[in-house]
Amino acid sequence: MEYFLQQLINGVTLGSIYGLIAIGYTMVYGIIGMINFAHGDIFMVSTMISLVFIVLLLTVGITSVPVILFLLLIASVLLTSLYGWTVERMAYRPLRGSFRLAPLISAIGMSIVLQNYVQNAQGADKKAFPTLIPGYMRFFEEGSFPVILQYSQVAVMVVTVVVLVIFTWLVTRTSLGRAQRACEQDLKMASLLGVNVDRTISLTFVIGAALAAVAGMMHLLYYGVTDFYAGFVVGIKAFTAAVLGGIGSLPGAVLGGLTIGLIETFFAGYVSVDYKDVAAFSILAIVLIFLPSGLLGRPEVEKV
Amino acid sequence: MSTTDPVVAPAEPNPVLTALRDAALWAAITLLLTGPVVGLGTVASSGTYVFVQRWGLVLSMTAIVFVVRFLLMMTIWRDRAPGPRKVVADLPKSLEFLRELFIPVAVLLAFSYPFISVWLTGGMTTGRYWIDLGVLVLTYILLGWGLNIVVGLAGLLDLGYVAFYAVGAYTFALLSLNFDLSFWVCLPIAGVIAAMWGVLLGFPVLRLRGDYLAIVTLAFGEIIRLVLINWREFTQGASGINRIPRPGFFGLDFVPSGPASFAQFFGIPFSPVHRLIFFYYVTLVLAFVVLLVTIRLRRLPIGRAWEALREDEIACRSLGISVVNTKLTAFALGAMFGGFAGAVFAARQGYISPQDFTFLQSALVLAIVVLGGLGSNLGVVFSAIVLIGGVELLRNLGFLKQIFGPEFDPTTYRMLIFGLLMVVIMVWRPRGLISSRSPSVFLKEKKTVSAEMVHEGRG
Repeated sequence: MEYFLQQLINGVTLGSIYGLIAIGYTMVYGIIGMINFAHGDIFMVSTMISLVFIVLLLTVGITSVPVILFLLLIASVLLTSLYGWTVERMAYRPLRGSFRLAPLISAIGMSIVLQNYVQNAQGADKKAFPTLIPGYMRFFEEGSFPVILQYSQVAVMVVTVVVLVIFTWLVTRTSLGRAQRACEQDLKMASLLGVNVDRTISLTFVIGAALAAVAGMMHLLYYGVTDFYAGFVVGIKAFTAAVLGGIGSLPGAVLGGLTIGLIETFFAGYVSVDYKDVAAFSILAIVLIFLPSGLLGRPEVEKV
Repeated sequence: MSTTDPVVAPAEPNPVLTALRDAALWAAITLLLTGPVVGLGTVASSGTYVFVQRWGLVLSMTAIVFVVRFLLMMTIWRDRAPGPRKVVADLPKSLEFLRELFIPVAVLLAFSYPFISVWLTGGMTTGRYWIDLGVLVLTYILLGWGLNIVVGLAGLLDLGYVAFYAVGAYTFALLSLNFDLSFWVCLPIAGVIAAMWGVLLGFPVLRLRGDYLAIVTLAFGEIIRLVLINWREFTQGASGINRIPRPGFFGLDFVPSGPASFAQFFGIPFSPVHRLIFFYYVTLVLAFVVLLVTIRLRRLPIGRAWEALREDEIACRSLGISVVNTKLTAFALGAMFGGFAGAVFAARQGYISPQDFTFLQSALVLAIVVLGGLGSNLGVVFSAIVLIGGVELLRNLGFLKQIFGPEFDPTTYRMLIFGLLMVVIMVWRPRGLISSRSPSVFLKEKKTVSAEMVHEGRG
């Protein structure tokens, strides 16, 4: 029971991070129908930016943890959003309206560019950094297996919930969100009705990158390690989460993220650490065979 | 305002000013993007990190972006009209005869390539690098043609093609090591087993379409790689399989001397490059077999069914084409060619590990197919030469050391340039390098059509 609870805590933490990244995939897919393969690497760039800024702030002499976290969040979100915007401008906008595989290939190209850019700029070694939020709570002290809830895990979950609330408000209550949902339903019709489609798509990428930036920062604070290749595996998992939840569905992305995080953690905890990724991918394949449009996705109806 | 006033046209913005403003904007973005990441390189030092400051590099990158952007705005992009660009694909009439001549010359060149490279570089050992590069490019052409059946003809987006390459390579390696079977016995077995895996993948994904199919194939590729890493008793895990036996030439071996020595039998001086040349021809012949099969299959009912499936799945069903058979044969054949390529790869390298079969390989092969032009066999050849050969040649950028100083290591920029090349080619020609297709069914006269007319399929 205690062991189960511990895995549950770890799984939800991991799932929150996947969920935040998955939203970026699912939003972009919903609006222009492409897999943004560079999104995982945007996440990786944000972990690097976070690392650089932590070191910078510590060098400057700021040691108060809340101040560091606040400044870090702002810097990381702004710069990562700029990366997201630039990638869209350079690699995807010229291919708007082109056939489906063209932006996919340029996205893969962009992913290779970002990885090697960071590798050249920051070095190829793994960057470990001690967490800024140490300490933990212990439950079931008298039992055989005390459950540990780290403060950094609490931070990840709280930040995820806060960010999701802001994000939901943005999508459902603001004019930007309305424009975004309109473009999702029908790009051409939205532009006929006066929605600035290019701007909306750019902003979608910016929002996705901002969420990835939050995820990247939390990932660095919680796991305390990153490298230039960190975006690939996390990106693939987050994309898997987005598809599992039903691509294009925002609640689905979060649900899928949590599911993948839990499956991975429980499989690692109870069965085998080596095969945890195999389990996550197999569950994906099995779910898709029985629910071809994901958990919360709408079935794709083809009009003839 | 009186009615006699002439209509004043809106003032044409000064092009130089516009270009300057645009260039300044992008320079500012470059400064912001590269500032923290390039300007402040983190280096571990006694438990914490210190910065290596590279502001000179950041400023020169910003300056380069400014100048390039300004020049582009003033020249090529000056009259950029909105809307889709026209792609000029056809040769002028006077040069039509080149088209006829092209294929025979290319085939001749392919067959004489090892000798040309030995002759041009002036010796076996100096030509070795070029022949090796040739084999590498050919392997990717082989893979590209295999994937072209799945993606280009049948329109099924497969992001895990490397799985079949891996299956082929491991089949040959394990069979020849454990059962002492020869390469020529293993080659068909590797193809058949890879095809079986193709069907195995094909069954569950029959109902999936588009990007759902893409992600499941990607997951399949990753599963195969992870199993290869973790099933240590069977595959020797991440350390890979070493000492894979090399195939011989009709019972002759590539050894310096002895009764079964290739060099002694033909009375020529021994050279280790002989084996490489032999591999070049093995790969070349395999590639031609694959090409021939593909070309012939396109005219058989099954090939026509693939292309019909790509164009419109619902129409296919309505006309009584079995979607199950069509998709499964496409997966199986594509996988089989991937398996052949894998076996050849394992035999040439003599050493394989799961590291050779990452997602990057799948992406690379897919990029070759798409950049060449989906469904175009010639396009695959071009883009494989440009991407694989071109990027391999970037290793020879040592002379840049004289410009940027001895610490500058050009090889680390190789993949960066490679990625940029992918983006640039795609933006420049979204339909691939070869943007015309020749239909396999036609009325009276065969005409090439623009690739714009061909669907890419929804999987």
